[in-house]
Amino acid sequence: MMIGKLQETPSQTAGPYVHIGTAPQSIGRPPLTGQPGPRAEAEGERIIIEGTVFDGAGAPLRDAMLEIWQADSAGRVGAEGLFARCLADFDTGRYRFETVRPGPHREGQPAHVALLIFARGINLHLHTRIHFPEERERVAADPDLRRLEPEARETLIATQEAAGHYRFDVHLQGANETVFFDI
Amino acid sequence: MPLSPGYKSTVLRAPLRPLHAVEQSALERSGPALGNTALGPLDHDLIRNAAQGGDALGERIYVFGQVLDENARPVPNALIEIWQANAAGRYAHVKDGYLAPLDPNFSGCGRCVSDGEGRYLFRTIKPGPYPWPNNGSDWRPAHIHLSIFGEAFAQRLVTQLYFEGDPLIPLCPIVNTIPDPAAIDRLVARLDMRNQEPFDCLAYRFDIVLRGRRQTHFETRPEGA
Ligand SMILES: [Fe+3]
Repeated sequence: MMIGKLQETPSQTAGPYVHIGTAPQSIGRPPLTGQPGPRAEAEGERIIIEGTVFDGAGAPLRDAMLEIWQADSAGRVGAEGLFARCLADFDTGRYRFETVRPGPHREGQPAHVALLIFARGINLHLHTRIHFPEERERVAADPDLRRLEPEARETLIATQEAAGHYRFDVHLQGANETVFFDI
Repeated sequence: MPLSPGYKSTVLRAPLRPLHAVEQSALERSGPALGNTALGPLDHDLIRNAAQGGDALGERIYVFGQVLDENARPVPNALIEIWQANAAGRYAHVKDGYLAPLDPNFSGCGRCVSDGEGRYLFRTIKPGPYPWPNNGSDWRPAHIHLSIFGEAFAQRLVTQLYFEGDPLIPLCPIVNTIPDPAAIDRLVARLDMRNQEPFDCLAYRFDIVLRGRRQTHFETRPEGA
């Protein structure tokens, strides 16, 4: 029993009109002041993470809203952590983050970027992790990921497209369904 | 439930494998300090924040409450963003083609930050119900969408609030993705006559409970449960 505790407010889908509340400028409405965005002055190696979220039929989600949260280049979280939000492109479904390469926030463990996905048809936002291909061996040894099958772990590793430019596609269903976390 | 066939959009979008449970690390126990964002004076007032010479049309209401964690601790500086349809059930969104009229004085977008005791307040109009293409024409009960950032990224919550007494609530396939009636009840804002603005505005109370900090995740949420 949960004596002395309150029960969590349940989640509901963000729905198809999530843009109104989270990025009003994207639909031609005046932006509210101080929209959340990446901290431009953060030091470190600039990187790009791009990708597409695919549904079980292989169609891109064009209505998704995505957020990242990561350590800074020195591995610091809290007040030094980096947050950004973006919308999937209304035509292609592509998302794109410009950020800095995170340092490891856990001693000896690989660095990652936490990624949240919100959309119509997703009742509880999906939480996954973007790892970097340069750290494949550390990813295999990460205590959080050791219990996963190697193919499942592979869904958490981005592909390098060019120097500092990564692709991270998300598959909601299917043979290469991305690993989502309960944290 | 992630997959709930009554809500058709989940069929191709709900992951079919169980979530992978891990302990919260320092990353997820912290979060962006968006509560420090400077807000405009009307960001919380949807009756006026898009007005072009007149107030938004509809039933004037306050929506207010307290943001708490599961241990009943208030969560200060939580950023709450909301979006909603207008009084006629129409969203100010390019992709909403419902025939009900737009309101030139209403955008349906607001935000505020909780105070030192976790309290928050919006002034808005009560949204109308609207039809949507799901099993023919299903109807959404009147609702307001909310996005909340607490102190930790693990507390991130996006949800919807409903209004006490709405007969459409039990008919809604999105509401019914939640199997537990007591949990559905926690999404229902209560009419609170004591906090009305006399001759102006009704009041609905909606408290928000975010996930608490967990030392060991597995104590409270065993894998597969
Ligand atoms: Fe809605």
